[in-house]
Amino acid sequence: MSDGVTSVSGAVFEGRILVEDAGLVGMITLRADLGHSFVKKALKAVKLAMPEDGFSTGGLDAGVLWMSPDELLILCAYQDADALVEKLTKALKDVHALVVNVSDARTVLRLSGEGAAIRETLAKLSPADLRVNALPTGRVRRTRLAQVAAAFWFTGEDEAVVVAFRSVGDYVFRLVSTAAEEGSGVGYF
Amino acid sequence: MSHRLSKGGLLIDRSQPVSFTFNGKPFRGFQGDTLASALLGQDQMLMGRSFKYHRPRGVVASGAEEPNALMGLGEAKTFEPNARATTTELFEGLKAQSQNHWPSLNFDIGAVNAKLSKFLPAGFYYKMFLWPRSFWKHVYEPIIRESAGLGKAPRHRDADHYEHFNVTTDVLVIGGGIAGLAAAHAAAKSGAQVLLVEQSSYWGGRALVDGGKIDGREPTDWVHDTVMDLLAMPNVDLIQRCMGAGVYDHGYALLNERLTDHEPKSDGPRHRLWRVRAAQIVTATGAIERPLSFAGNDLPGVMLASAVRDYVENFAVAPGQRTVVVTNNDDAYRTALMLKAAGLDVPAVLDAREDVDAPLAEEAIAAGIRVMTGHGIASVTGKGRVQVVQACKQDSDGSVTKAIEADCVAMSGGWSPVVHLWSHAGGKLVWDDNDAHFRPDSDRAPKGAAGEDFVRAAGTANGAMTTRETLIDAHRTGVAAARALGYESATDVPEVDPEIRHPTAAIWLMPEAAPYAKRAKSWLDFQNDVKVSDVELAAQEGYESVEHTKRYTTLGMATDQGKLSNINGLAVLSKELGVPIPSVGTTTFRPPYTPITLGAIAGEAQGDLFQPVRKTPMHDWHDANGAHWEPVGQWRRPYAFVKPGEKVHDAVMREVNATRKGVGLLDASTLGKLIVKGPDAGKFLDMLYTNMMSTLKPGRCRYGLMCSENGFLSDDGVVARLDEDTWLCHTTSGGADHIHGVMEEWLQTEWWDWKVYVANVTEQYAQIGVVGPKAREVLETLGGTLDVSKEALPFMGWATGTLGDISVRAFRISFSGELSYEIAVPASQGQALWDKLVEAGRDHGITPYGTEALHIMRAEKGFIMIGDETDGTVIPQDLGLHWAISKKKDDFLGKRAQERDHMTDPLRWKLVGLETVDGSVLPDGAYAVAEGLNANGQRKTQGRVTSSYHSPTLGRGIAMGLVERGPDRMGEVLLFPDLNGASFEAKIVDPVFYDPDGEKQNV
Repeated sequence: MSDGVTSVSGAVFEGRILVEDAGLVGMITLRADLGHSFVKKALKAVKLAMPEDGFSTGGLDAGVLWMSPDELLILCAYQDADALVEKLTKALKDVHALVVNVSDARTVLRLSGEGAAIRETLAKLSPADLRVNALPTGRVRRTRLAQVAAAFWFTGEDEAVVVAFRSVGDYVFRLVSTAAEEGSGVGYF
Repeated sequence: MSHRLSKGGLLIDRSQPVSFTFNGKPFRGFQGDTLASALLGQDQMLMGRSFKYHRPRGVVASGAEEPNALMGLGEAKTFEPNARATTTELFEGLKAQSQNHWPSLNFDIGAVNAKLSKFLPAGFYYKMFLWPRSFWKHVYEPIIRESAGLGKAPRHRDADHYEHFNVTTDVLVIGGGIAGLAAAHAAAKSGAQVLLVEQSSYWGGRALVDGGKIDGREPTDWVHDTVMDLLAMPNVDLIQRCMGAGVYDHGYALLNERLTDHEPKSDGPRHRLWRVRAAQIVTATGAIERPLSFAGNDLPGVMLASAVRDYVENFAVAPGQRTVVVTNNDDAYRTALMLKAAGLDVPAVLDAREDVDAPLAEEAIAAGIRVMTGHGIASVTGKGRVQVVQACKQDSDGSVTKAIEADCVAMSGGWSPVVHLWSHAGGKLVWDDNDAHFRPDSDRAPKGAAGEDFVRAAGTANGAMTTRETLIDAHRTGVAAARALGYESATDVPEVDPEIRHPTAAIWLMPEAAPYAKRAKSWLDFQNDVKVSDVELAAQEGYESVEHTKRYTTLGMATDQGKLSNINGLAVLSKELGVPIPSVGTTTFRPPYTPITLGAIAGEAQGDLFQPVRKTPMHDWHDANGAHWEPVGQWRRPYAFVKPGEKVHDAVMREVNATRKGVGLLDASTLGKLIVKGPDAGKFLDMLYTNMMSTLKPGRCRYGLMCSENGFLSDDGVVARLDEDTWLCHTTSGGADHIHGVMEEWLQTEWWDWKVYVANVTEQYAQIGVVGPKAREVLETLGGTLDVSKEALPFMGWATGTLGDISVRAFRISFSGELSYEIAVPASQGQALWDKLVEAGRDHGITPYGTEALHIMRAEKGFIMIGDETDGTVIPQDLGLHWAISKKKDDFLGKRAQERDHMTDPLRWKLVGLETVDGSVLPDGAYAVAEGLNANGQRKTQGRVTSSYHSPTLGRGIAMGLVERGPDRMGEVLLFPDLNGASFEAKIVDPVFYDPDGEKQNV
């Protein structure tokens, strides 16, 4: 197997915040009745925790994002995704569920720096409510960044992750970088 | 003459002189000046020419309502037309030009229009354009375009950049005068999060000039203290130079912040468009003073009384030495008093009211100012500027009672609350007789989703006309806005002494019985040159609706959107129609409040961020290898890979030949890929596709068609069954998101109880077509576990394995008619596999090909293309695709529609091949003509070309088309005229031109 390449190939931008290619991240779409006890059990069996509606658990290396009332996005190490798909599929064989590896479908960017500056950067591109009380650490927003679909969440006070489709990865990277340029601070958050 | 006073000036800093140019001439002002105040400070009264008659015009106002002093600012890449000099903050090196003059501001040839004004009446454009028709384009339009118009459009790409900013907040307060400050303060002290914005660069609005004491302090001190208090609160944000542009449903508001207009050398974006979602919006937008309509009211030197005060108090600029004040209300007396106090002459106050019982008037008399009640202006005369004011009785026809020498007229026709933002989202107005204006009707406020009031007007914007009323109203409004969100009040109303006022008189024409000659010189709309006589003429010609009159006369249609003229204009209309003003009503207030530059609206979407381009994993390789790009939906796909020195057409021919004879390589990653899984997935797909998908065996592929409920073909593609309850549906490149949406819609609305999940995995995979007789050899060269033999991987089968060391899923499907493998690989491995294939195929002459070669090869095979052979009116039966329509199924989307008589009409146009008699290429989209003419006198048609190419394989032009009863007319020759008058003869043939038995793809 060749080393996989992301759509932005390790790009880094340093402005008001640091914008970095987070590299390949294992991602698994799980669609099922999230209230079903089998689903929680299946997650627990692979050491993952079911998030509350609208939230996430864990981190980029092992985590779960709530995407909709019947959809989760599971995060893991890139090379572990196929094995994890297999485990989850087996665990859920008796319920109606879809488990599919989508690790290559997306671009993942890591945003770090001052929390307020990260929030400002995203607020220039997304209509989401970025106030701390509306988007605390761990809350997941599926939204848009300028003209494309995206999701983001804060993994800590001073770090956020942005996920967008792979085909527009470099557009999103340039968008976020432009919004984070020096001299464009608002001082709002 | 206008001049700078030796002392005073609240907003200017005399220690910081600023140099700038106007029409190339050097000027000087001070830091804190506006362009208008700096020009006035050096007696530059003339600031532009009017739109239609090219009359000389000076500044009328001191703020956003200014109609006359519009300038072109900057040059080349930073040029901006139609900037209001009154809101343009002066900076070192500013370059301003007046507009609409030719050849110069002082000598304008177009001024001759003024002498021809009787030939340019209301509705001029409509009347003119009736006749003769040929004159429209060649005579009227060029002349009108040359002589009319305001600023010139910039000719260069904008050097600046812009951005948007989205915020969500509790209370948005628009307007930073004392009302906005008080409302924001009250709301914030209650605990609500507050965003307060002010369009200018200072807080306090009119209160700074118009005095009074607030809580025992001077207004400037109260404003300062209140701002400090607000700044100290963590739940408050204050933004200056930020104009409330529009208020929309659901508490959405647009604000435009001008960041660097006043210091253009600074970093960062020039403007920032704020997109605010506020639970409550308070409009504290103040009021605008109305002009009075008298003859000569557009002469430079005639200004709003409040503007005269502003220039004196804020900028220490006296618009004149001798100023006549003319008014219908108490407020203008402040101007007289202030001018007097500044040591300037005020020869008279002409008050149109007969009996005036007002403290301000008494103060003026006590100051020695002559007050002439019951008087107005018959006309103002002068060459290019005010020289003489002819006073008359207001209730007369304009017989002059006194001629007064003056160089400035300060007029006040009363105050109109700025109700624009209140009105944008549906707030209604009520007419107030006491102040002769429309103000917000608080019982009919804009409503939110739950039926709650979400916009509240505060202070003068709500019709409160004194400082005391304003602050009481603003405090109450701020408290109410916060309370609506569950926050309780914690503040008191600021204390202000009451003020006694004499009611404003409704004066819409001065004098009351002014004859036509005077009415034809009484301007309503300065910017669009609309006079009292124009509105009267419109009414006489039958215009009753204010909206129609507006468009007929162009009243209020210029860049100022009638901020000064609307109320005066509709009052004249109401008088002419003999109906009360409230029954005439106002025209619609629409955003933005003042113009916003297109750059701010575009935000970051300029240059390489103008539009997202979707790129496949191999995009960069294509780009480096001569790709001639073609947009396909949001994707870019290589149309052809052009070698140095090669023409695009030649590249396409080379790619087809190389693929047919050897092996080609296609980036098919853009194809939509949808996983459909569940116990009911087979049933679901049987409903979506016209053919049977539930019977497909795991490991096999089937081509399928999807139709809309109306029976029309909407998408096609190959479906592979992955396992017992999982299918992979390929869609067209442009159709992936749409078909995904269609699937979710049916599952979520109609068939919500079916157990089916869908996932869009389009971007998970790079997909590479290896196509041509040598395709198998190339794949075998790579090695790996994937057995690509005919036996292991037969036509319309799929298998997984490795190629080299890369895990793949390979589909034996063919859109070219050749031996073909489509190989799906995780996107991050796409380029690696592509590189391996290029390497492995080198000895076989492997040739990357683009979309045009793809199209030609599919057309040679008679394969249809969604969007070419279909256009939303075509059903599969039209395309001879009966074989892909199941007869066994009870139902599928489109089935019943396809049974309607129009769909089964034997005269429908159906798919055939077309072969030109001489081998040339038919024009794409050409129509086959039939005998006779239709009801519109047009030539009848009997078919059209849907795809047309030069086929290098056959060495001739080939085409597909839809022809009436086409398949029954094989061998007939049709006539296709082209756009240049030539005609093509083409024979109807079978649409499959190449390998009709499919032997080549099944090897």
